[in-house]
Formats: sequence, C-alpha cells, structure tokens
Amino acid sequence: MGPRLPLMLKDAGLTAFVAAALGIFIVGFRTVDQGGGKGLGFDYHLVDLVVAVFVIFIGRLGLSMAANGLRWPAIVLGVAMIVAGASPMKLPSGFLHWFVALGGVLLVIRAIWPWASDAMGVAARTPSGVALGKAGTKWFGWLLLAAAVLMPFTPLADQKTMDLGVLILTYVMLGWGLNIVVGLAGLLDLGYVAFYAVGAYAYALLSTHYGLGFWTVLPLAGMMAALFGIVLGFPVLRLRGDYLAIVTLGFGEIIRLVLLNWFDLTNGPAGIGSIPGPTLFGAVFAETPPPGKQTVSEMLGIAFDGNHRLIFLYYIILGLALITNLFTQRMRRLPVGRAWEALREDETACQALGINPTNTKLTAFAIGAMFAGFAGSFFAAKQRFISPESFVFIESAIILAIVVLGGMGSQIGVVLAAVLLIGLPEWFRDLGSYRMLAFGLAMVLIMVFKPRGLISHREPSIRLHPAGSGGGG
Amino acid sequence: MTAPPSAGPLIEVEHLTMRFGGLVAIDDVSFTARSQAITAVIGPNGAGKTTVFNCITGFYKPTIGRLTLRSAGREFLLERMRGHEIGQKARVARTFQNIRLFSGMTVLENLMVAQHNKLMRASGWSLLGLVGAAGFQRAEAASVELARLWLERIGLVADADRPAGELPYGAQRRLEIARAMCTEPVLLCLDEPAAGLNPRESAELNQLLVSIRDRDGIGVLLIEHDMSVVMNISDHIVVLDYGRKIAEGAPVAVRNDPAVIRAYLGTDEEALDA
Amino acid sequence: MAYFTQQLINAITLGAIYGLIAIGYTMVYGIIGMINFAHGEVFMIGGFISLIGFIICGSLGISSAPIAIVLVLLLAMSFSAVYGWAIERTAYRPLRGSFRLAPLISAIGVSIALQNYVQLAQGARPKPGGQVVSGGFNLFTADGFDVRVTWLQIIIVLVTVVLMAGFTWVIAKTSLGRQQRACEQDMKMAALLGVNVDRTISLTFVLGAALAAVAGMLFLMYYGVVDFFIGFLAGIKAFTAAVLGGIGSLPGAMLGGLLIGLIEVFWAGYFSSEYKDVAAFAILVLVLIFRPSGLLGKPEIEKV
Repeated sequence: MGPRLPLMLKDAGLTAFVAAALGIFIVGFRTVDQGGGKGLGFDYHLVDLVVAVFVIFIGRLGLSMAANGLRWPAIVLGVAMIVAGASPMKLPSGFLHWFVALGGVLLVIRAIWPWASDAMGVAARTPSGVALGKAGTKWFGWLLLAAAVLMPFTPLADQKTMDLGVLILTYVMLGWGLNIVVGLAGLLDLGYVAFYAVGAYAYALLSTHYGLGFWTVLPLAGMMAALFGIVLGFPVLRLRGDYLAIVTLGFGEIIRLVLLNWFDLTNGPAGIGSIPGPTLFGAVFAETPPPGKQTVSEMLGIAFDGNHRLIFLYYIILGLALITNLFTQRMRRLPVGRAWEALREDETACQALGINPTNTKLTAFAIGAMFAGFAGSFFAAKQRFISPESFVFIESAIILAIVVLGGMGSQIGVVLAAVLLIGLPEWFRDLGSYRMLAFGLAMVLIMVFKPRGLISHREPSIRLHPAGSGGGG
Repeated sequence: MTAPPSAGPLIEVEHLTMRFGGLVAIDDVSFTARSQAITAVIGPNGAGKTTVFNCITGFYKPTIGRLTLRSAGREFLLERMRGHEIGQKARVARTFQNIRLFSGMTVLENLMVAQHNKLMRASGWSLLGLVGAAGFQRAEAASVELARLWLERIGLVADADRPAGELPYGAQRRLEIARAMCTEPVLLCLDEPAAGLNPRESAELNQLLVSIRDRDGIGVLLIEHDMSVVMNISDHIVVLDYGRKIAEGAPVAVRNDPAVIRAYLGTDEEALDA
Repeated sequence: MAYFTQQLINAITLGAIYGLIAIGYTMVYGIIGMINFAHGEVFMIGGFISLIGFIICGSLGISSAPIAIVLVLLLAMSFSAVYGWAIERTAYRPLRGSFRLAPLISAIGVSIALQNYVQLAQGARPKPGGQVVSGGFNLFTADGFDVRVTWLQIIIVLVTVVLMAGFTWVIAKTSLGRQQRACEQDMKMAALLGVNVDRTISLTFVLGAALAAVAGMLFLMYYGVVDFFIGFLAGIKAFTAAVLGGIGSLPGAMLGGLLIGLIEVFWAGYFSSEYKDVAAFAILVLVLIFRPSGLLGKPEIEKV
C-alpha cells in the first residue's frame, strides 16, 4: 500500500474537487420561484452536494485501490458504502441513499471483477464449458421465445405485466429494425422515430378518414415508411458516418415539426384520437358491438373480458417482432446482407469490389424504415390516440441505446437490452425520473467499457467447415 | 478463364494528369499494360504511383486524360465511369497499400462479398434468395467452390471460418489478392503487395502473381518498392518521378537507364539490382 | 424598410450567439474529427450558471449592471469550462481508437445525461431571470415604425466581437494556438515533436465550453429565460452554422452563425414562425448534401 497511497488520495481528492466544481451551482443552488412576484430564490442543497462529493472521493479511492490490486481495502470501502446507503441514517434525500448504495455495489463488483472474470474464463475454456456456452446461446433464444409465447397464460399476466410486455416487445421490434440500419449496415440513424411516426400517422389517418382496417393498412404503412426511407435516404446516404447521423436527426425533427404544424392533416399538437383497434377476422374487441360489427366475445361465444384485447395486441406485436427477426436473420445470409456488413467494415473496399454503396445502403435504410412503419401503425392501433409528442428525438435515442447496449448486430442482445432499458425502469416506478439520466450514463459507460455491447459474439453468415469442427475458430 | 492473347493493350493510359488544388500529382503520364503480363509502376516515394491507381480504379476523377480498357471486344472509358462500376462492369480489381479487409467478417465471407454482383443477380435481388430458390442455392454453392479454390491457392482453407482480422499479416495480404481475384477481373491492380513481407512470404507472393498471370491469363498492374519482386516477375516497367514518366521498358533496360538511376539517387544503385 | 432593418438588427444579435456556440463545434471537429453532440448542453449549463450567478449578485446587493455582468461572465465561463474538460476526460478520451461511431454515441449519451441532470437538479420549468440591462434608443422612424436598438443588443454584439478578436489572436499568435493547429494537421506528428496532445485537446474543449457559456449568458439576458432543453435546438442550429461556414474554420463558424441568425429571423418575420426551426434543419440537410465543405472550408480529399 505504502508509497502509492498518497498518489491515490491525491487523485481521489482531485476527482472530488472537479465533482464539487461541477455540482456547486447546478446541484447546490436550486432555483425556485418564491412567489408573490419576488422572482427566483434559492433552495440550498449544499449538504447533498457535500455528501455526493464525499461519496465520489471514497468511490474514486476505492477504484484506484482495486486497479492497483488492493482488492480487500476496496471491498471494505464498497461494503461500507452499501451499509451506509441502506442504513436509516438521515440524508437530505432518498436519492442520496440510492447513490451511496449503488456506488458501493459498483465498487464491490469492480473489486471482485478480476476474480470473477478469471473464474469465468477458466470455466469457459474447459470442454464442457465450451459445449455449455454453445448450447446456451442456441437454446437461450428458444427459451426466451417460449417464455414470450406462454406469458399471457401464466398467473403473472395481469394488466400491468401485459401492458409492459407489449411495450417491451414494441421496443424489441424497433430495436431489431434499427439493428439492420445501425448494427448490420453501420449507418448511424438518429431519426429512426420519424419512420415510426409515418407508420402511426398512416394508420391513424387512413382508418379515421377512410375507415380502412388495421390489417389492410399495416402493409401500406410499412411501404409508405419504406418509401420515405428511400426518398430521404437517397440524397444523404453518400455522406460520411457522423454527417449522416446529424442529417437523419434533422430529417426526424423536420417530420415531427411538420406533424406539429400541419393542422389540416394532423390536427397539430392535439393529435388524432378514436383510432380503431385491430380486429380479429373482422370482429372488434368491445363489450357492446358497434353498429354492423360483431364483437370477439360474441364470435367465440366467450364472456367479455377487457384483458382479451390486451392479449390479442400482445400476440400481434410478438408476431410482428418475430417476422422482423426472421426476415433479418434470413437477409444476413443473403448477398445483400453480407454486403451490408462489408459496408460497415470498409466502404472503400466495397467500392473497389464493384458493390454499389448507395443502393446497398438504401436497401438497409428502406427495410429498417419499413419495420418502423409496421411498428408505428401497431402503436397507433394500440394507443388509439397519437400526437407528435410520441415521436421526439429522445425516442430515437432510446432505440439506438437498445441496439448499442445489446451489441450492434446481435438479435438476442436487443431483447436483453430492451428488457433492461424499458422493463426495469417501468417496473421500478420510483426510479422513473432518474431513468433518462441513467440512460445517458449507460450509453457513455457502454462505449467506454464494452463498446461491442452485451453480446459481442458474431455468428458467421456462411461456413466452409461445419460449426464446431477443428477448422473453425 | 484464360483469355485469348489479344493483339492490342488491355489498358491504355493517355495523357493522365491529376491536380489537387495547385499541386500536380501526376503530369501527362501515358503507358499501356497487356493481358497475360505483369506491368510494374515504380518510382521514389511521392512519385504519384498510388494516384495513378486511384484514377484507374475510380477513386479519383483525373483532371485530364483518357483511360481506355479493352476486353472481350468491349471498350470502357474508365474516367467516365462511377467508382463501383469500374469493378462491376469493366472488371478492374485492386488491393490497397494498407490492407483493407472486412476484418470482422470471416475469410470465406470476404471472398463471398467479392462475388456480390453475381450473387445478387442469382438471388433475384434478394427475392428469390428469401424464399430459398434452388437456382440461388446452386449459385451460392458455386461461389463457395470458387472461394475454396482460391483459399487452396493461397493456403488458407483451414482458416476459412476465422475472422479475417485475426490472420497474420502475410496471410492478410494474400487474402486481399484472393478477394480481388474472386471478382473475376480482367485487370488486377496491386498496390505494394510485398510491403511488410519477409523474404519467404515475398517469394510465395512472386509465385502467386506469376500463376495469376499464366494460369488466369489476366493483366496485372503492380506498384512495388521491393525490387526483388519487381525485377524478377515484371514483363514491363514504368518509372515515375515527381508525377512524370521518366522511363519505360523491359526490366533490364530500365535497370540501366541513367534517368532511373538518377531518380533513385539517395537510395543507392544496388537498390535496383537485388 | 424599417421593418427590414429591425429584423436585421435582431438577426445579427441572434447570429452572434449562434456563432459563439458554433466555434466550439468547429474547433473540436477540427482537432479530433468528432461532432461534440453534448456541446449544446454546455451552452445550456452556462445559461443556468449565469442565472444562478445573477441571483447571487442580486442577493449580495451588487446593483451595478456592468459589474454584475463581468462577474457572472467570469463565473459562467470558468465553471462551464470544467464541464467541457470533464466531458472530454471521461466520455471521449477513453474512446480514441475505438470504432468510428463510438465517440458520437457517447456524446449523445452525455447530452441526454446532462439534460436530465439539470432537469432533476433545477426542475423542468423555464426559469426567468437575467434581465439586468434594459432600455435602448430609436435608430430612426420610418413608415410609422420605430427601429430600435437595445443596449442589450449592443452588449451582445460587443462581447461577441471582443471575444472573437481575442480568440482569433490566441489561435494565431500564442503557443497554445500553434500547438492546436499542429494537432489539427497531424496529431501523431505533433506528439512526436513534443506537443502535449492530450493537454491541447483538453484546452480545446475548455475554450469551446467557455465560449458556449458566454453564449448561454447572452441567451439568458436576451430572452430572459432558460430551461433544461434549450441546448438541443441551439446546439443543432449552431452546428448547422459551423457546417454552413465550413467546419474547422473559425471565421466560417462566425459567418455561419450570422447566416443562421438571418435565415431564422427573416423566415419567422416574413413567412411563418412555426416553421422557423424547419428552415434551420432544412439548411443543415441541404448544405451537407450539396456543399459539405461549407462556405469557407477546404474540401476533404479522401486517402485510400
């Protein structure tokens, strides 16, 4: 410990000092309206700041210790933080308890990480470990699928869970769609939600104005979104990666602003309401049938239950998501899919091989947009009300975060990331207001520590030697 | 795929000039290259060799000049074609000075991507491929066979399913050549293929290039600094210096050309012997 | 004519603010080739720190506007600079050498995190304040329309011009500026010649953040209100300005800022204010498609 400790203390002190400088005004002085025309005054949160800075000091010290092989002192500090966070000690806010305890948990994980990863590494290299890993990745997907199909029949399936299931599956589908564009073709699209909006408004307008049903509009909405993708993509797909990202962001915002301001078509910020839900063979989900229609409970001769509609929606989105997945898996093994991945790896080399980069990118862009269009019309049918507020930039960022966290190009990774990023925050409602903060930080942390995402394994699209034989690697 | 030895040159470079702002990178360079022959372009650093390649393969649009490629009775004006069309239609393939493999994809996948245009047609622009049509599956099997053939020639069959980026350096160089050959080109442009190779690998490369010339019967255009490669296997040498052509001819003639020796002064004369 | 002149004055004021933010984008892009997506949030934080600074000045009884402005300016610049430094150190520096979109994704993460951090710490509602300068004078009256220049507008343009001049001097004449230009040309070579690349990049972020903070303060004084979301739109518009002027070029950033200010104000004044943001986005898209090197930038030659 000896000579390095002063250095570590100095480093931790510097970090704490920077943290204090960052926080002093924004956190320490909360501006509040004093009322009575007196203008703004302060609500002082300096104690919060001092506690947070102290925690950062201890945390940074623990991290340097762990990095320098002093595991036990780091673990002791981490456990102390967890205990302090969990104790009934009076801190100015509940958030600080979480902050202290989570900091402790992270520190302990960091301290035991070398042991854990060594142990896992050794286990994974043994023959049985290798076999287990292979079987695990193969069966894990099927297990997830079985769980998703059976979920509505389990006792867990109350309204809240089903709602959450539909929400997660919607993001899984969007994640899979965006995965084609970002993960496979390597095109950073920051305006993906625009195509989701096109699909949603296509269904909302066609159903409320022309009385078209969900199943008629669904393919139309997908095609329309794909068309938008082609029209928007054609001029911009020649641009370099980061410029493309900003241009797609611009397009996304333009579409949102048009939806917001084109009153005659979209009813502006007030949105479009009373959008009909999807029908089952022409029958509607309702307690009493609208004139000239049949309800599903009448058709099937069962008692009406509000949950039936939710279960139906759940299976629609599950089906749509699975179609997206199957389609993508299939495309990956076709020449066009390999060209997408090749473009992501090296566009110059692709051009030298006679591949038309613009056309290849355009197919990825259009197909990604098409799936967003499908998801959008499902969203409109589920919500029965849409407004431009649902299609803001942050939605694009969330979908992107799902793809990035999952491991770009990995289909299972997207599912895990969607459950993690959408499911957990919805489940722990208390965390709601901290959700987006955690989101942003997660994106940074993933890029810094695990840029290839949760699942970084890539399965070749074609093999010369059968998998598992000596030739492969 | 041996093409009949054609009477005229395969590619004809006429009055090629390339300016970047005020800088003249190539100044009125003309030369030709034949099928079934290895034509080397040599010259000191900064002589404009790679710029010539970039003009031929469509990465730069020449300021002045005409680049005519004649094959199978057709004539292509390369300077008028879009970048990827030069590979797709005129069938000119190239490698890069700093290897550009798809390093996250496997060796076999690299060779499959090279056959993209052929496979796209066979997959009915993906529609037939999506439904798994038999015609596409046959085409894909044939492509895998071609890839296997090349992997045998470069000795990488066992590594077919490894990510290309994991291969040792020399193997990556060979793979890049095999990938270019999988596009079934009539002209192969190699930008310093021997750079960074040890003597043994360099000798293997010589064999590979000679076999490409003799067995596949295509034209090879070669930029190289390694004189042991250039002098041993070239049929024809073009020497550039400061963007201008200073000599052209058979290896023996070029080696003794006073202008060439002057251009290489500073390295020494033996550099040309080897 | 009077209406036109009035709009012109307003546009120049707004353009000055955009120009100050745009410099941060252009410098960072010039040196490490990344779009610092979080730069707009630094501007927003600069606005908040200024707001808090003005309230503190008020409670300390500093009633002289010039003194308050100078104090708050220094406060906002120095503390926002810490944000610029910390962002580069934690979110971008570890990513050098990662895959090419990694820094941009990380920057989006920083932007989301900072927005929500300020929202949590300061609340979501717009905060009024910073109106320490009032009044102005009539330039002339025509067609029954008073063309007015406020003192505040003069201050904004003056502060911007002084900072720009100082900044141009720093880049052109000081050793910091030389090191910065060296890194822009060739980072590896600069490092071999003894330039401390890490320090130079850090300083670039610090300077950019300080200028964004000034823009934040001027924005607060001009509009009299800030909220946690102002960084997004202002950031995009300033980025558009940087691209329009030619990314990597300092005079370009200023010119671009002015043009974006002009376009936005005239669009809102003569066509429709609902679509004024669409105009800004449309220009961004059009410039990137048709002239990605901008008005004053040099075209890039791709090396293969």
